[in-house]
This record gives sequence, C-alpha cells and structure tokens, in this order.
Amino acid sequence: MIRKSIAASAALALGGTLALSACTENVEPSDASGGAITVDSSASACDVSAAEAPSGNLVFDVTNSGNEVTEFYLLGEDGLRIIGEVENIGPGLSRDLVVQAGPGSYFTACKPGMVGDGIRSPFVVTDSGVDVSPTGPIGEQLDNATAAYRAYVRDQAAQLVVTTDAFARDYVRGNFADARAQYATARMPWERIEPVAESFGDLDPRLDLREADLEQGQEWTGWHAIEKDLWPPNGYTQFSEKERRRLAALLIADTAELNERVQELEFTPDQLGNGAKELLDEVATGKVTGEEEFWSHTDLWDFQANLDGARIAYEELRGVVKQKNPELAKTLDKQFTEVQGMLNQYRDGDGYDFVFYDELTPKQVQELADGVDALGEPLSQLTATVVL
Amino acid sequence: MNEAPDDEGSAASQRISRRALFGFAGAAALGTAAAGFVVGDAVGSDASSSAADLVYPFRGEHQAGITTPAQDRLHFVAFDLRTNSRNEVIALLQRWTAAAERMCTGREVGAYGAVNGPYDAPPDDTGEALDLPAAGLTITFGFGRSFFTSKEGVDRFGVGDRMPASLVELPHFPGDTLEPGRSDGDICVQACSNDPQVAVHAVRNLARLAFGVAEVRWSQLGFGRTSSTSTAQQTPRNLFGFKDGTANLKVEQAELVDEHVWVQSGDDQEWLTGGSILVARRIRMLIETWDRTSLREQENIVGRTKGVGAPLSGGDEFTEPDFTLTGNDDQPLIPELSHVKLAHPSSHDGARMLRRGYNFVDGSDNLGRLDAGLFFLAYQRDPRTHFIPVQTALARDDGLNEYLRHVGSGIYAVPPGAGPGEHIGEGLFA
Repeated sequence: MIRKSIAASAALALGGTLALSACTENVEPSDASGGAITVDSSASACDVSAAEAPSGNLVFDVTNSGNEVTEFYLLGEDGLRIIGEVENIGPGLSRDLVVQAGPGSYFTACKPGMVGDGIRSPFVVTDSGVDVSPTGPIGEQLDNATAAYRAYVRDQAAQLVVTTDAFARDYVRGNFADARAQYATARMPWERIEPVAESFGDLDPRLDLREADLEQGQEWTGWHAIEKDLWPPNGYTQFSEKERRRLAALLIADTAELNERVQELEFTPDQLGNGAKELLDEVATGKVTGEEEFWSHTDLWDFQANLDGARIAYEELRGVVKQKNPELAKTLDKQFTEVQGMLNQYRDGDGYDFVFYDELTPKQVQELADGVDALGEPLSQLTATVVL
Repeated sequence: MNEAPDDEGSAASQRISRRALFGFAGAAALGTAAAGFVVGDAVGSDASSSAADLVYPFRGEHQAGITTPAQDRLHFVAFDLRTNSRNEVIALLQRWTAAAERMCTGREVGAYGAVNGPYDAPPDDTGEALDLPAAGLTITFGFGRSFFTSKEGVDRFGVGDRMPASLVELPHFPGDTLEPGRSDGDICVQACSNDPQVAVHAVRNLARLAFGVAEVRWSQLGFGRTSSTSTAQQTPRNLFGFKDGTANLKVEQAELVDEHVWVQSGDDQEWLTGGSILVARRIRMLIETWDRTSLREQENIVGRTKGVGAPLSGGDEFTEPDFTLTGNDDQPLIPELSHVKLAHPSSHDGARMLRRGYNFVDGSDNLGRLDAGLFFLAYQRDPRTHFIPVQTALARDDGLNEYLRHVGSGIYAVPPGAGPGEHIGEGLFA
C-alpha cells in the first residue's frame, strides 16, 4: 500500500519550469531574455514586469510581497476563462506559473486575500510564430476524459465487491485451494484503481496493509492478513474458523463501504495524470521488488492490474496529449506496449494467470524494473502536459 | 566545557596540522627539531583550509561530535564484542581512548606511528592520513543494549544492572524493513571529519586495535552533512533536494541543548549524566520515484518550498511555520500530513532532537537503482519522549514514507566525555 497523495488535486496550475522543460523542449520560454515575467503581488498592487509577451510558453514568476495568502491568474479576453493560475502562495513566497498562450488579449490578476475579482491589468500576447494549440476544444476533451475515467473507476469498485464476496465465501468455508486460486484475480479491480482506493485513509489500512506496515499493537486485517493465512510460512498457526469469519466479514464490509464512496467520486484531469503515474510508482516500489505479495508471490497479477489502470487513465487523456505533445504520446504508446510485452512473457495459460514472482530469475526481475522505469519517467510528464 | 571552537577564540590556537605534528611527534625518534604548531591565522584564511585545520579536543565534559558543528564526512561503525572478559573490554576502551585522543589532534596512532619503529614489524598506524590535518575529526563512542545484556540474556561484563532505563528497544515502526546486518551492535563509533580519508582512517585504526576483542558488525559512510548544528552553518540539503534540519537544535541554544540532549543528574543511571542517547537509522530513499513527482507534490509532502526552504505558510527559511493559515480551499497551506507538521516540536510536547545525519550513496542495488538515502543520527536525552513518539507519528502518516524505507536501526547510550587520565565510559565500570 502507499498513502494518499497530499497535493491538492483540484487546481490546474503548476509550478516549476524545470520539471516542465523536459516535455516542452520544443517551446522555449518566449520572453526575449529567456527569463520569466515577474509579478509582484502586494497588499494593494499587482505589478507585472511586462504587459506584453510573444506567444508560446509564458513563465510568470509570482512573488507575494503582501501579508496575506495570494493567487495569480492569467484570464482570457472575456475576463472569465482561466488560462492558468497559481494558488495558495503564502506571504513572502514565490511560485512560477507556466502556461502556453496563443496570440490574443488577456488579463492578469492578483488576488491578495483570495477574495474578490482581483487586481487586474490587460495583457497582450503577440504572434511569435510558435504554434500554440488552441485551448478551447481541449477543455471539452478533458471533461469527456474525466467522465469516462469516473465510469471506469466506479465499475471496477463494483466488480471488486463481487470478486471479494466470492473469495471471502470460499475462505470462510475452508475451501483453501479455491480461495488461493481466486486471491490474485479477486484483488485485480482493487489494484487497477489503487490510488483512488488509497485516498480513503481509513479504509486503505484496514484493507491493504502489509505486515511490515503494522504499528506496534495494531490489529492486522484485510487482504494480506488472509494472504498469509492461505500461504502460511513455517511455524505459523492458522486462524480458526471463527477468526476467518471475522476477517472475511470485515473485508466484505470495508469493500462495500469503499464501493459506496467511490460511486460518489468526481475526477479532475490532473488526478488522472497523477493516478497513472502513481500506479507505475506502485509497480516500481512494491511489485517489482516482490514486497506486496510477500506470501503468495502473486505480484505479477498486481503488476498487470496497476498497468491496466495506468493505461486506461492515459488512454482517456491520449487525445489531449497527442495535440499538446505528440512526441510524449508516441513515447508513452511505445513504452506501454513494451512493458505489456514483457509481462506477457510470464503468462501462464491463456487466462489472467501468471507465473509466481519467486520463479523469476534476478535478470528477469531486472528487465521488468528497467521497463517500468522506462515507462514511469515519461508518464511523470503526463499531468503537466494535460493541464498546462 | 564547550567543544565548539569559535574562529577568533581559544580553539584557533589549537589548530594543528597533521604534518606539523608528525614532525613534533617524530622528533624524539628522529632526533630532529622539526617541531612546529601551525597556529590560527597563520594557516590560510579561506574556508576550506580552516575546515581542514580544525581540531576538537577529545576529552571534555561531553564527548565531541554531538554539539560540534557538523563536519562534512562520516564513518560510522558498530562493533560486536567477542570476549566475555570485563578486563579485556576495559583494556580495549583504554587503547581506543589513547588512539582517539591522538588522532583527534592529527597525530598518528601508537608510539611509533606510520613510518617509524621496528623495521620488521607492521607500522602502528596505517598511514593513509599522513600529511592530512585532523580536519575537525571527532570520535564519539556509544554502548548498545547488547553491551549490557547480550541477546541471550547474559550479562557478560557485570554491567547489566547499569543499563539506562531510557536505552529501550525501539518498537517496530510501520514500514520498517530492518536488516539485522545493518542494525544494533555492542559498541558504536561515530567518526566525523571534514576529510573523508581522515574519518575512514580513524575507524580503520580503531578496528585494528580491537581485533580479537571486538569485530566490526556493520559500518556506514556518509557525506554532505544533512543537518546544521550551529547557526553559523548554512542548512544543507538531503538527497530529495530539500533543506533538512532547519528547525534542528543548535549549539548556541545552550538551555535547549541541556533540556533535550544531555542526560541530567537524577534522570537515569548516574554514569550517563552528561551523556546522551543516540538513535541511528539507515533510511533508504527511493530516489527514482521521488524524481518523477511533481514539484507541487514534493513541496506539499515536505511542507516547505524547495528553493529557499520557507514553510508553505510564508516567510523565509527560519520563519516559524503557521499551521493555522489556510488557502482558498480552507485547507491549511501546510498540509496536516506534511513532514514539517508531523515532525514539528509543537506536535510532540516540544520534544526536540539534535540531528546530525549524513547523505549516503552506496552504489546501486540489483535493480540498477541508487542505494542512497539518509543516515539519520539523532542525540536526545530520552528517546521515549523524543525519537519514539516523533517516529511513530511520521511512520504512520508522513507522505514521505512512500519514498522511504528504514533498513537499519541502532540505539546507543553515549557516555559523557572522558576526563584527564580517564578512558571513555570509565564511569560505567566504576
């Protein structure tokens, strides 16, 4: 398990020119000096160092010299549409706003105290000849992407309820061979939406805590407690039927609760991008190392499910990525295919089954790790690309 | 006694170059008159040469290497004793004390040093630190739980009833994946210097003096101190690229140091008065996944800006964080689960530790990833009120955990400094 992302998810703004430069190498900051446009947001003024800039990538280096929390916006010609924003800048702090802007009229706005319409000035973007994608239709595409992803997540949560119930029933009845056979596939819907499931800080530890993550004195429940009981190490005393009944009932109840909450969720484009990246992080830190399924060694099922989830999120965003950064789309298409190809080598039969992770040689593990890193690196550019 | 030298004062007169001392120490044997102390300002005035020429006295009320301004390099080693003889252990501590005292002033180990003595005998000193100044070398000793009572419950040296109550076994923290081969040990030695070769030389020669009595259980090299322990030092960065230890205890805060670092008379075992408890943790950082994390996420996890290190509530690096200031979503600007919030003294009844950690990179692992991280060292008066509650909160909720693995751990009782004529830890055997 991992813990939920701390970063606020709603905002579309991004900081950090360095982090972004890798995915926008073809678009240099268009300021003549190559530097940023500075913005001084004080208690009563919003001093922007230039009122005009050539089209392309704009970098506003916003400093809050006031004594309240401030925000900075680049607004469209109508003064309503938000082209880019940086929020929650504490007094004395600086943060960059990086946006792509085509030729046209805009407004800059500082909002000290985060209230009202802000202190606005007109801002003109001249035509530099740099090709900047239109921003209009993308907003609509992103809406479609988040709606489709929401449907996917809700469906997986509902499936999880079904697979969990069936697994738990066999486990309680002592049909251990059947339970073992279902364990990995039953978990796959969970693993496909892992970052979403983990965003519930109370349910995640109850459902997916590994033994090493236990706090002293903390009760161990959920999938991995049952996993150990199904694949008992030497010297381990298996649970009684009563204990099995209790663990299974908790698993079923917590999963039902998870499903209910997931059905209420809405998503933003950055959550899709970050979710895809986090799923690959999961593979890189938990699955490739064989830590996640310590007793059952069914890590490759989790690997596949994490990869499924990341690929779905990417595919929903793919149209936008293709418009904004075709090179990145090409790289991601290729790397997703390659990692899936590597994984296919370890399929066992024609269903969802894989070989157990402890059957892989160190060299094979190393290859998988390399593949995951090769995909994870470009995937980390996804969010910045779609929300910029 | 304050072992922190100040640049103008008495410590300046103690700056001695190893080369000069070699001449001095060797004078008797060689019959030359090459003795010479290089004093104070006679040695270049640039920062690097003054860092190299620093000398911290080994003896004193407290051991050096704790409130001493953190040097740049570390070699930390844990020994296991092979003997059951109290006298052999005392003799080892005497040999170590004599050698440490010499090395800390830039001298060689043994009566004959590295290049003198019987021609058919191996030299007393291993020699790789010849021509190098002490570079602020400090050597700090501590006793692990197994020193007092072995894992099998045996009191080998007649000190079982002198184990400090605060030298508790650390609990299992969520996420701990400790390797026994990188944990614990009967005796630990922390050697710090501004020159890596000087620190390595110190540990190598102490290990050599111990053969037959004690064997090395594990050791760790560190570079790039990750904490400042003096207000005169700039806050360094850890391998996540963030300033680390901004809110660390500083030697200038004498009252706080007494309150939080030094064991006071009446606290615990009297022999430990003026000493401290050291917790060491080898914390592996998952560098590759961290590097794929957005700047937004990184800053929110830490609770500070990556550039200047200011809390997200505003100000500059040393502005106190304001955990109540909220943003436009009515959430605190410094997230509840950020590292700064969870580790802040206000979340732990004001408990503060003196951290003295180092970065490490031990090559790469078998997946081609950097075997890198933070070798965390923290001195405190009592871990039951300091390290344990802080780490419990961090291990449970800290967003950084996703990028960390605690793989090594040790806790040691660090005795007070050795007085004139005493060996280190003498009070324990009195």
